[in-house]
Amino acid sequence: MNNRTISTIAPEPGGLAAVRGWFGELDWRRYVIYIGFVVVFAFFAVLLRDQGFLSPNNLLNIFRQTATITVIAVGMTYVIACAEIDLSVGSTAGLSSVCTAMALSQWGIIPGILAGLAVGLVVGSVNGALVSLLGIPSFLVTLGMLGIAVGVAQWITASAPQPILNDTFNMIFGSGNFGPVPGLLVWSAVFVAIGAVVLSRTKFGRQVLATGGNRTAADFTGINTKRIKFQVLLISGLVASVAGMLYAGRLESGRFQWGAGDELSAIAAVILGGTSLFGGAGSVVGTLFGALLIGLINNGLILAGLDSSQQQVVRGAIIILAVALARKK
Amino acid sequence: MNTSETAVEMRSISKGFNGVNVLNDVDFEVRSGEVHALAGGNGAGKSTLMKILQGVYQTDSGAILVGGRPVQINSIQDAKAVGIGMVFQEFSLVPSLTVAQNIFLGAEPQGRSGLINDKEAVRRAREVFAEMEIVVDPRAQVSALGTAYWQLTEIAKALAQNARVLIMDEPTASLARHETDALFDLVERLKKRGISIIYISHRMDEVYRIADRITILRDGRRLLTESLSDVTPEQIVEGIVGKKIEGQLSYQQRGRDAASAAPILEARGLTSGKRVRDVSFTLHSGEILGLAGLMGSGRTELARVLFGIDPLDSGEILIRGTKAQITNPRRAIAAGLALIPEDRRDQGLVLDHSVRDNLLLPLLDKIARGPLLDAAAGRKLSNSLIQKFAVKVAHPNKPVRLLSGGNQQKVVLAKWLGTEPDVLILDEPTAGVDIGTKSEILAMIRELADTGKAVIVISSEYPELLAVSDRVLVLRDGSITRELGRNEIADEESLQLAVQGV
Ligand SMILES: Nc1ncnc2c1ncn2[C@@H]1O[C@H](COP(=O)(O)OP(=O)(O)OP(=O)(O)O)[C@@H](O)[C@H]1O
Ligand SMILES: [Mg+2]
Repeated sequence: MNNRTISTIAPEPGGLAAVRGWFGELDWRRYVIYIGFVVVFAFFAVLLRDQGFLSPNNLLNIFRQTATITVIAVGMTYVIACAEIDLSVGSTAGLSSVCTAMALSQWGIIPGILAGLAVGLVVGSVNGALVSLLGIPSFLVTLGMLGIAVGVAQWITASAPQPILNDTFNMIFGSGNFGPVPGLLVWSAVFVAIGAVVLSRTKFGRQVLATGGNRTAADFTGINTKRIKFQVLLISGLVASVAGMLYAGRLESGRFQWGAGDELSAIAAVILGGTSLFGGAGSVVGTLFGALLIGLINNGLILAGLDSSQQQVVRGAIIILAVALARKK
Repeated sequence: MNTSETAVEMRSISKGFNGVNVLNDVDFEVRSGEVHALAGGNGAGKSTLMKILQGVYQTDSGAILVGGRPVQINSIQDAKAVGIGMVFQEFSLVPSLTVAQNIFLGAEPQGRSGLINDKEAVRRAREVFAEMEIVVDPRAQVSALGTAYWQLTEIAKALAQNARVLIMDEPTASLARHETDALFDLVERLKKRGISIIYISHRMDEVYRIADRITILRDGRRLLTESLSDVTPEQIVEGIVGKKIEGQLSYQQRGRDAASAAPILEARGLTSGKRVRDVSFTLHSGEILGLAGLMGSGRTELARVLFGIDPLDSGEILIRGTKAQITNPRRAIAAGLALIPEDRRDQGLVLDHSVRDNLLLPLLDKIARGPLLDAAAGRKLSNSLIQKFAVKVAHPNKPVRLLSGGNQQKVVLAKWLGTEPDVLILDEPTAGVDIGTKSEILAMIRELADTGKAVIVISSEYPELLAVSDRVLVLRDGSITRELGRNEIADEESLQLAVQGV
């Protein structure tokens, strides 16, 4: 049956022609985020030279400030690559910070951490179950959950901040350093590393992408797409709850406002990073750079002395520009 | 009417994608009032040539002449303006709108107030259908109509925009027999009114039935343009494939007597919804079982039940004599089944993913090393599948979307045969596949059965069904009405009679 004399696979590229071919095929749109990152970085480095943009302290600050968004966005990458959305991550982080703080002051550090994770587990499972078992669109489910989580957080605390006096907790989650390296940087590095490897190098990651790319074909191929959808929303909830604890540790308190609005920053980071809004393709490393780019812009605009209303306008414009450049033609 | 007058002419058209030439200096000419068949293997460039005529792609060099005058076609609007319309392979209708709204989409008749005049649209749609001599209610919502009507609506849409040249790209792929007949009658009538039709199809019988002339493309070059009365089917096939094909499309008695082998799959009283009713049969290893029936007779639904996609209301499935609980595709795969689904674009492939990723999707366990996937092993496995099934790809990392129809189908086949199933169910395995690939696929099916695998083949093409099946089950309204050994079927005609229940 295969006696046709066609060459079936192009020879592996080699030599000069290959180099040219390689560049010819290089789709620069896929690398817009990295190019954009470098351009914006260079721009601020020159423009804000005298405001200390390049000082090690300021650069570490950028990492520190984007750490929670980065962590949330890693979970969001899975959700979006699977052609779903999770709008409840910000308020889940808030609820998690509150529950952690309350449990911590009552029963100590371990129960505190478990309480935070339990928030993610419950929120993620409920989101996942409603989406995968009842087939309700994730947009609606998580929009509802956004309100519920923040409402519960406000309710059980009567809107009052819950201080965390446990130094160990605060050290681990956010305020402390591991040697010379800020703890928050380590946290985001760990999440990005695990997230990147799992998405691109494991069976689960492949199945997430296939489910997002074409659910029917994935079903026909024997992938349990309901379970995959459940799992990505569960992951997103759990990851958001860890982000909530990072807020709690860094700001030494639990508060329902922590994380408010983060869902939008996280979604922007994910899309900037090259993950398809329609599912089927995703890159966790891209997401990291998406988050860093947003952090970079925030930081630069503050140093440049823009007030917060101006910051919002410029930030929005830059995000639209980047996404427009990165879109498929 | 002067039929030798040229309607459209394409002169030395060349087109490349990313430096790879897909069309080389192709000349193509269509006269008014003729049906011109455009033939060629998968990936020969037929669709690309038509997309250039249609304004979807722009040619790299060459010229297009309409009615003798050179024209620039840079968009679908330009093509419409010069009277070229297309019946898309993937339909371009909006399902939630009515037939009339679709026909006049973007060119809605307006009243004096500037608002859309729906009554007028309905009236004019009726006129178009009356000219086509077919009955379709312009006020019906498109989503409520069957595929055949979608196509008629597409044609009406083109005619309403005064198309003089209609391009039909594999229009009968999803039509039942009598719908195909109706379409061909319509083509005849359009032809009489001086409308030219460019007809792309892989089915030789259809080409002979309706076309006046044929142009064959091979590897992006024009091989010949001839009047059909001057070429034999053998010449055409040889032109398309590039070599002679013998015997693949006729039944070959295979060595083993399959029916005496151990049964591998047994269906007992399978019932599911309204489309599968009390179906029982036995499948032996080494046997090829054909399923024949009209559209809607429940063949696809039976395949879906066997593969665990649709739930069973009652009945049981036995694999090697023990009852199997096939409640989802995962269990079916574990039980050694594989299903090549009917719609490869929707059910078989993740179109935006690479050929490699698609091939490996059911095989992830095979390339796992601990919790991680072994990229090198994946490359090796996918390359060997590509080689084995002679899939023509520029690079395994390219999206499968860019492959031609036949090569996409080979990817689906390769993907499933990589799982080494015991029972293979193929639903319309050669739809949209060129005649060379078709004979390869049929040979492959026989080869698999010879190695002791059991195969179920669903096909609306009787010659193909008769070419491979050792036994044929005829389905009607979800139940088996006849069971015929291959030697009980004299020819295509008698199978067709059996299917129609005569
Ligand atoms: N947008 C594109 N980008 C890159 N390559 C393309 C593109 N469109 C088509 N091709 C390539 O051009 C060649 C011709 O494709 P085309 O779809 O015209 O074939 P065809 O003759 O219509 O085949 P089939 O009978 O399978 O429909 C194929 O090798 C295909 O992979
Ligand atoms: Mg085609």
